[in-house]
Amino acid sequence: MAEKTMVEAVRDALSDEMRRDERVFVLGEDVGGGGVFRATEGLRDEFGEDRCMDTPLAEATIVGASIGASINGLLPVAEIQFADFIHPAFDQIVSEAARLHYRSNGAWSCPITVRTPYGAGVHGGPYHSQSIEAFYAHVPGLKVICVASPYDAKGLLKSAIRDPNPVMFLEHKKAYRLFREEVPDEDYTIPIGVAATKREGDGMTLVTYGLMTRYSLEAAEEVRGDDGISVEVIDLRTVSPWDKDCVLESVRKTGKALIVYEDNISGGFGAEVAATIAQEAFDFLDGPVTRIASPDVPLAPYSGVLEEQILPNPQKIAAGIRKLAAY
Amino acid sequence: MVSVSDVPGAQGLSENQLRELYYEMFLARSVGERARMLSRMGKGPFAVTGEGHEAAQVGTAYAMTPGKDWALTYYRDLGVALTLGMTPRDLLLAHLARAESIESGGRNMPSHFSSVDLHIVSGSAPVSTQVPHAVGIALASKLRGLDEVAVVYFGDGGASVGDVHESMNFAGVHKLAVIFVCENNQYAISVPASKQAAVTDLSIRAQGYGFPGVTVDGNDVLAVYSVAKEAVGRARNGDGPTFIEAKTYRLVPHTSDDDDSRYRSREEVAEWAKKGPLVRFAAWLEENGVVSKDEIGETEAKAMAEIDAATEYAEAAPAPDPATAMRHVFVEEE
Repeated sequence: MAEKTMVEAVRDALSDEMRRDERVFVLGEDVGGGGVFRATEGLRDEFGEDRCMDTPLAEATIVGASIGASINGLLPVAEIQFADFIHPAFDQIVSEAARLHYRSNGAWSCPITVRTPYGAGVHGGPYHSQSIEAFYAHVPGLKVICVASPYDAKGLLKSAIRDPNPVMFLEHKKAYRLFREEVPDEDYTIPIGVAATKREGDGMTLVTYGLMTRYSLEAAEEVRGDDGISVEVIDLRTVSPWDKDCVLESVRKTGKALIVYEDNISGGFGAEVAATIAQEAFDFLDGPVTRIASPDVPLAPYSGVLEEQILPNPQKIAAGIRKLAAY
Repeated sequence: MVSVSDVPGAQGLSENQLRELYYEMFLARSVGERARMLSRMGKGPFAVTGEGHEAAQVGTAYAMTPGKDWALTYYRDLGVALTLGMTPRDLLLAHLARAESIESGGRNMPSHFSSVDLHIVSGSAPVSTQVPHAVGIALASKLRGLDEVAVVYFGDGGASVGDVHESMNFAGVHKLAVIFVCENNQYAISVPASKQAAVTDLSIRAQGYGFPGVTVDGNDVLAVYSVAKEAVGRARNGDGPTFIEAKTYRLVPHTSDDDDSRYRSREEVAEWAKKGPLVRFAAWLEENGVVSKDEIGETEAKAMAEIDAATEYAEAAPAPDPATAMRHVFVEEE
């Protein structure tokens, strides 16, 4: 077992799956040369350009052709260079990939994986920073995964590729090289739709995903030292389907819920979590279900000063924990 | 003895094959008429059909190998679906949203053809989204070493959609076995071709993507078959895509919810009806001694009997069980 970055873990999952199943292939812009984040580096050398295929720069057709290839027996893994550029493919994902199985009464299926780097905090400006999970979590027929750790990335990407349904696999770009962790060399999968309780506690449930998991853990540690507040941190890992049971069980234990996400607050995925808690665990609540997220401005401004002003960070999360704990 | 196959224009087809072409065309026309009639009777909420497009549809589909080659249709393609092997019963079950419908079991609108066995891929309603699927299917055929051909259909309005252009570019770059068939009926609902494109022949666009494009008289089934056969041959040989533009005319409103008299004169429609693909082909068959008037009548009676039986069957077939409405959002685990 070695310590790896998340981008290395993604690469390992891709090459493992391509070795394991010859139906798996990768396509997208610049993937042949390794891609802008180097996630596909070495794949063309090992598997040839047919299985690590550079496509014309046309996102709708990268996804649309993936759908077709999956209909004809292959397991495509499409890379969209930045989540901010996926919008031309929205129709293919929502109208086609997500609905093909249902509209054909189960006759056809669409086992594609769409990988894309998302998220802010890297001075990416308004077009290299977006969070897109809420758009797709809204759509029945899609599975949506948000990863920001090496271990989760490898195990969940393998599950995504093997899943018989279309899966959106969102990789937080700031987490690509932010830290290393132990990643087993051997094959393992993490089930889609299962959250991870990253830290146990009994004073409050903090529900999060993506890069905010790391920030929330930092914040939880900070408040424990300062104030003795015990926070249970749950990383959803998958936003659709999401692990309601895990969240509700924790809230019923702690009586308080703080939801932290990087996306704009209004209509963000955390709103769904908040509504579910309010409806399903109302009798157990000992404080308002609270959200910390980015305000409703286009994510994210280019200037580091402006970006820092907007995005949640460990300090803002710690402040939110203290406020809710004091309620 | 000179056989009809040697008659100029017969494209080497036998008498039986020529009769079969007529049968499929008449069937497509009449299933469409039946579907619209059932809607007017309040038996199906909606009908979208393709009367007038029969030569473009049957002529191209007849050049394919059913169950091997892939068809990605759009909502007018009754003639494609029937020629490849779907039946009037399949189409009318879908029209009435019956549980048994192989298209969708009542989930999708009618005329969204689908058959896994026949490689007719389920379609949607956003225009031209099926076109990139043909590219992906052909890409998979190439990677898997299969000599299948993917034929994708869309209209003149659909030809304006970015997905078509992206797909033609992709297919050209990778020299894929895709045939792009544009059924140009000169109207996108009410919008005339002149407001859809600045060129007269859409087929010239193929040049810009590095493969041949051909415009054919889409009301002449033998001419359409001839260009389709050549395109299928090229694709199967690994010589890449072809764009076929079949110029034709829709003889009916866009859908059961459209009134085409608000945008085109009755005289114009009547003029085109005289040049329709069925009258033309019937005349050709008679002139070349393939069939007599009586035989045409017999063929049509046989098709109508099939449609009547299908109608009766579909009307009696049960609607979907409401308890199944939540099924098939995701693939169900074994």
